[in-house]
Amino acid sequence: MRRVVITGAGTVNPLGQDVASSFRALRDGVSAIAALQIADLDRLSVKIGAQVADWQPENHFDRAQLGLLDRHVQFALAAARQAGAQARLTADPGRTAVIMGTAGGGLITSDEAFRAVYAEGRNRVHPFTVPRLMASAAASHISMDLGLTGPAFSVSSACASSNHAIGLAFQMVRSGMVEAAFAGGSEAMLSFGGLKAWEGLRVMAPDACRPFSLGRNGMVQGEGAAVFVLEPREAALARGAGILAEIVGFAMTSDASDIVLPNSDGAARAMAGALADAGLEPGAVDHINAHGTGTAANDRSEAQAIARVFGDRDVPLTSTKSLHGHLIGAAGAVELLAVLLALQEGIIAPTAGYLGPDPDCPVDLVTGAARQADVAVALSNAFAFGGLNAVLALARA
Amino acid sequence: MGVTMDGALGFEVSVADRVRAIIAEQAMLEPHDVTPGAALSDLGLDSLMLVETLFALEEAFDISVPFNANDPAAGRFDLSTVRAVIAGVEGLIAAR
Repeated sequence: MRRVVITGAGTVNPLGQDVASSFRALRDGVSAIAALQIADLDRLSVKIGAQVADWQPENHFDRAQLGLLDRHVQFALAAARQAGAQARLTADPGRTAVIMGTAGGGLITSDEAFRAVYAEGRNRVHPFTVPRLMASAAASHISMDLGLTGPAFSVSSACASSNHAIGLAFQMVRSGMVEAAFAGGSEAMLSFGGLKAWEGLRVMAPDACRPFSLGRNGMVQGEGAAVFVLEPREAALARGAGILAEIVGFAMTSDASDIVLPNSDGAARAMAGALADAGLEPGAVDHINAHGTGTAANDRSEAQAIARVFGDRDVPLTSTKSLHGHLIGAAGAVELLAVLLALQEGIIAPTAGYLGPDPDCPVDLVTGAARQADVAVALSNAFAFGGLNAVLALARA
Repeated sequence: MGVTMDGALGFEVSVADRVRAIIAEQAMLEPHDVTPGAALSDLGLDSLMLVETLFALEEAFDISVPFNANDPAAGRFDLSTVRAVIAGVEGLIAAR
């Protein structure tokens, strides 16, 4: 089995429109959560979110392309181009995969089309509504844009979509099924209809995202994408490529218990499974990038799962959702950037919004400012609605 | 006497009876089993059923129930018993 490394990374997210600016914001603990700028905000009870501010799609795509690209695909494509430019892959395009995670696909396209026919009484929608809203559109456009003709598809597992996508790509490169892969996730569901749907669940925070904190009161949504280039370590070394990190393990489990409430058993089995896949003991883990949504239920359950896997040992933990919001299907991909920052520079980004320790969440949370730490191995957690869990284990290059 | 509203068939149905009927439907019980003193948890309403119940109440009475599942106390809407829910709904109707 091959060892698998990351040689390219790209992103468009609320913290920045490339990796360098995202790293700066993560390091400084700058939160992008702010007043939402969307139509009909006065009819929403959720009035905050983390948007990609100043996104200028016309700087990235020509007019003909733009007609075909939902906002989540614009983010994905821009991120993939950055990752490709950094990696400068030499792998056979016919044996290079594209695997993207998304929970909602082209929800903004659907929202606009429904508004046109239902609310505005119009009799036609944009002719490219279908290719824009397809959940697989990001994978298709990346493959076309970069000329990659190997396996390409999208993975949908709600808030774990990105980790499932990256994990599958890892397994395919490790097994030799493909020579390389572009993998990550993208999401853009900050639309009126999308937010109305989230309001209905009554899990959204009115003021801030406060993962693992006393007084936390829910999640805050974000949008964006991140894409990574995966290839065998040997190939990267042979061509002198810069290695950002090594992916050493991956595991996925399902709770089989509830469609919204998490179950700590499924989460614990996924973390333990990723470590077993990597051939590592829990004692080897220096840092965990938590799922940490800021809901009462997730953070309590995740803290229990961490205690079960790591016992009394304090593992520095952060949830960067407090900075960039919950990117749903793109969450794991954007959070992997924070993991890269920890592995490359020994900087664990802080969890914002902290009000004090919650007895239900006895974790070593990095709050206030970033923490300098010697991080050789890190886990990245994703635990989705419906009990779909996916955990990646990464090691310093 | 509780607040009354015009029912769909032209006769008056009390808010209390409509609230009990809504809770009964969500809990998959008969309305007469939904007694005013019953605790919602004792009626078998889990967190999802509770959210659906609140939605049904909001739609039925054109009200907005302040409730965040992460912090149930924050909205000051008492969901402990059927009686408390009826009083809460009547209060929101009066404030409408």
